[in-house]
Amino acid sequence: MIRSQRLPPLLSAIAIATIVFLYLPLAAVAAMSVNAARFGVAWKGLSLRWYAQLARNDLVVHAAANTLILAVVSTAVSTVLGTLLAIGLERFPWPRWMRRLIDAVVYMPVVTPDIVFAVGMLLAFEAARQALGGLRLGMGTMIVAHVTFQISFVALVVGSRLATLGRSVEEAARDLYAGSWHSLRRVTLPLITPGIVAGAMLAFTLSLDDFVISFFTSGPSSVTLPLYIYGSLRRGITPDIHALSTIVFLVTVALVLGLQVLARSPRED
Amino acid sequence: MNRLLVWYGELATTRKLTSRGLALLAVPLAWIVLLLVAPLGAMVAWSTASRSAAGDIQWSFTAANFLRLAGFDSFGWTRSYLMILGTTILVSAVTTIVTIALAYPLAFYIARRPPAHRYLWLALIIIPFCTNLVIRTYAWILLLGNQMPLARLAQWLHLVGPAEALSPSTFAVYIGMVSNSLPFAVLPLYTNVERLDWGIVEASRDLYSRPVRTFMHGILPQTFPGLVTAVILTFIPAMGTFVIPDLLGGGKSWMLGNLIQHQFGVSRDFPFGAAVSLVLTFLTMVGLLVLRRSGDEVSIL
Repeated sequence: MIRSQRLPPLLSAIAIATIVFLYLPLAAVAAMSVNAARFGVAWKGLSLRWYAQLARNDLVVHAAANTLILAVVSTAVSTVLGTLLAIGLERFPWPRWMRRLIDAVVYMPVVTPDIVFAVGMLLAFEAARQALGGLRLGMGTMIVAHVTFQISFVALVVGSRLATLGRSVEEAARDLYAGSWHSLRRVTLPLITPGIVAGAMLAFTLSLDDFVISFFTSGPSSVTLPLYIYGSLRRGITPDIHALSTIVFLVTVALVLGLQVLARSPRED
Repeated sequence: MNRLLVWYGELATTRKLTSRGLALLAVPLAWIVLLLVAPLGAMVAWSTASRSAAGDIQWSFTAANFLRLAGFDSFGWTRSYLMILGTTILVSAVTTIVTIALAYPLAFYIARRPPAHRYLWLALIIIPFCTNLVIRTYAWILLLGNQMPLARLAQWLHLVGPAEALSPSTFAVYIGMVSNSLPFAVLPLYTNVERLDWGIVEASRDLYSRPVRTFMHGILPQTFPGLVTAVILTFIPAMGTFVIPDLLGGGKSWMLGNLIQHQFGVSRDFPFGAAVSLVLTFLTMVGLLVLRRSGDEVSIL
């Protein structure tokens, strides 16, 4: 690369302005979350009262609990299913047409637009309601919907880990008379654990990030934090929403940075 | 056909491996097929159904829902739904152009940082997107509010009336859409810009070409694959958004996503909602095919 090439100052200015443009709204929310003013945006001094008020707001505590239950349960289910899918896809000599077919199914949740995915889920639950009767939208349907998109992301992450492993270690296990179960349990699974953890963390973050799919598949008793914030935008914003948004932002950033560290650390093999 | 083979050091038959593999695949594949692939198929049936006056679904095979989207209903022709379709394509296209125009300088800026710092800069672009879309969108509502400096400036310049906010408005929708798609445009462009052959850029400068020409002939062809990916990752999700126009547009700039949400929410008109969803999926697929083809043609050159 030719080092003497400098970027025109105008382009640098646009680049910096764009980054500021990305952070400005979030900075405004964070600033308002520590503003003592109850109404309006005028600065009335530093205060943590909105954070204190959040803890006393039962609806928020309930929504936070729902968000966590949804994320934890759906991540647990999808990590198991996604890992099975990845091993089943990568470790068996499927004919090419079969491989293509499975790939198409795996990519389907990734490429379908959010809103169409959500409509598909709703139609599935509607069919189940007509067939079985008595199916209500709520935590159960939300978990099922989240698992459906998470499976694919877990399978893709674990699958890429499996593909980079190569055959030698698993062949060595076989040469040492490990049975297929023993080889899977004691050799393959420990080797792909970093991939499984990365996949699970991705699934967890996707669940926390989701709004559209939750919006379509939730019921009155299963309000999550994004749904609560959306609802309060309709009812009228109170300053504790700023505190809530700031907390959610910081927690997600911490999670994503953790994901990066985990994804990069497996260097020992 | 049952064949004997050595697979990962194991002496096995294809039949044995197939049955074991299917046992692993059965549950996750059935999950996705039953809950997503089948309902998307059922969407076709829903889109041709109709709703009786009492609200019951009748599985009549009708094109009425699609005709309604085209503007033909029992009262004659209206353009309201076609306007929504037009708004969707226009907003998505403008968003894509503005996003790419901002993403190029950003990709160049990051690529010209010292290699050790580049990951930090990329992380800086991605971090705001880790938080929930609803929060990010609300943040814009707050920042564009009538008491905030941006709205004060617009009021002073008489761009908006006194004490008026910048949101909800079409302008606010564009702001929200562009800020929502930036990293998806920056990342693919950056991977191309980082590997740019600066010799070609240098040569074009030496031959006294104007910057625009240097860009068109020296930079654009080299970054075209990244550009196509950036357009796909910006345009396709933009077509399906509903949160941003819903919260920042104030019902004035409805897109297909809002129309779909309305049918499955307030209106409870599933057949029409399914028809609109199918049209959105169709447009998305056409867009994807066209863009991918243009990407392929260049990689052959």
